[in-house]
Amino acid sequence: MSARRETLTVAGIDRVGPYSLLRVARGGIDPGDPGQLFMLRADPMFLPRPMSLCTAPSGELGFLIDAIGPGTTRLTSLARGDSLSVFGPLGHGFPSDAREPLLVGGGIGIAPLPYLSERLGNPPALLGFRSDEHAVAAGLVPNAEVVVEPVRVTEPLARKLQRAPSITPLACGPAPMLEAVAAIAPDAWLAHEAPMACGYGACFGCAVEIDGVLKRLCVEGPTLRADRLWPGERVLAEVAA
Amino acid sequence: MSRVLNASGCLDAIVAPDVARTLDVFVSKTVTPAPREGNAPVRIAEVGPGMLNSIGLANPGIETFVRETLPALEGVGVPLWVSVGGFDAADYALCCEALEPFASVETIELNVSCPNVTAPVDAASAIVAAARRATAKPLYAKLSPTLPDLPSVALAAADAGADGLTLTNALRGMAIDRATLRPTIATVTAGLTGPALRPVALAAVYSCARVTELPIVGVGGIESGEGALAFLAAGASDVAVGTALFSDPDAATRVRAELEALCRGRGFATPAEAIGLAHEPDAACLRRPRASSGAPQSLPELATTQRAS
Repeated sequence: MSARRETLTVAGIDRVGPYSLLRVARGGIDPGDPGQLFMLRADPMFLPRPMSLCTAPSGELGFLIDAIGPGTTRLTSLARGDSLSVFGPLGHGFPSDAREPLLVGGGIGIAPLPYLSERLGNPPALLGFRSDEHAVAAGLVPNAEVVVEPVRVTEPLARKLQRAPSITPLACGPAPMLEAVAAIAPDAWLAHEAPMACGYGACFGCAVEIDGVLKRLCVEGPTLRADRLWPGERVLAEVAA
Repeated sequence: MSRVLNASGCLDAIVAPDVARTLDVFVSKTVTPAPREGNAPVRIAEVGPGMLNSIGLANPGIETFVRETLPALEGVGVPLWVSVGGFDAADYALCCEALEPFASVETIELNVSCPNVTAPVDAASAIVAAARRATAKPLYAKLSPTLPDLPSVALAAADAGADGLTLTNALRGMAIDRATLRPTIATVTAGLTGPALRPVALAAVYSCARVTELPIVGVGGIESGEGALAFLAAGASDVAVGTALFSDPDAATRVRAELEALCRGRGFATPAEAIGLAHEPDAACLRRPRASSGAPQSLPELATTQRAS
């Protein structure tokens, strides 16, 4: 494995709307490709939690976290100087040569997009949030168009795809959003998520349906072409209407 | 020398060969006669000092295993045990027979205790006996801690031709999602592993080591040298790390180093000197030649025990 596991020190935590940007001193960990996985664990968590890298300023790694359970709550309660275990980068990230990339994010799913944007030279982005408070996080992604519920991010996405079918969406967000993206753009790339105990193929816990059968997301993904996750017909006209 | 193995199903040596090479023995994920896709997600959850997992013996089936998986495992270069499973004695025999020609398969572990699939209909002794007829390879029976009289089952397995025991497998548990108040795991119940299992596994090792001289692989929540030493004292010859590998891919190296340091500190020439120290002098594990520490000195004669009807 090219991935490394190190105990790193928290450089700080920034509040970004309802989310937390956990910044850690990079140590010897490579930031890898945008969309790859990192496993984060701080005492007394028993299992690490999978996170994508959000920001990669010099000497730091930044992880955007939504405190939705005991593990993520622990990670977002860390303070400057605390230590945590970081293991990565793991799995496969977004392709670096996608034609006309359009970054698409929903909620906490925007997490890998700031680093992806940086690596791709700030391509256009389309972000959706459930509230104005959550939409504060859009400030992390340059060149972004933002929609807030009840507007769904797939609505402007469908219109853009109708005008410019050569666009390649690079998306991350909740599963229903990703499924909707897959339905209108089978050649999109999606960063998917699943409960995961190890991140390196050992636990078999992160199985999702890939190519029609249950496969480990950490081994096959977590970033995959949309039609490997949700194969189906393009229904663009219907959604854009 | 006591060896450090992985618990079956807790590592993929093909995906992570560098981790597998930190082990003295790699134990494969359980293989069954037919391919199994495994259980639907959600499959795992953290539960205090442990985790629930319900993978459902996902595996490619024995035919694909010997054709594709086994050559890849041989390429990893670590002594190999293959774990086999099934739903009756004939399933186990079929898998053992398929593995028999392969010299690379050092030992076969009979998983007669997975908590996440329907339990085998045949008793452990019948499964061991059927496997014994199918192969001359050393056979380790992996027994469940929930058996009401585990030492008797261990003795029956020994009588049926087992060469060793793996103690133990997961306990059955469940979790309720705090938001939905529905079961967290798709199959509702799942196997509980990790430190929460350790006292149960220690008791299983201790109770079986009192009655049988079979070598025992101690497994259940071992995440440190201290934990490994406790298993040796309880009567295990070797130890396996499982759930600990998930959060620490270096767990085997660390456990081994900590174990050796602890033993040196106590004046033991090797960790094997700790085997069975928790017992009174008449315990079976203290009669076992400690130098063997696991692998049988010679292949046993084929057992004649008949499959229970």
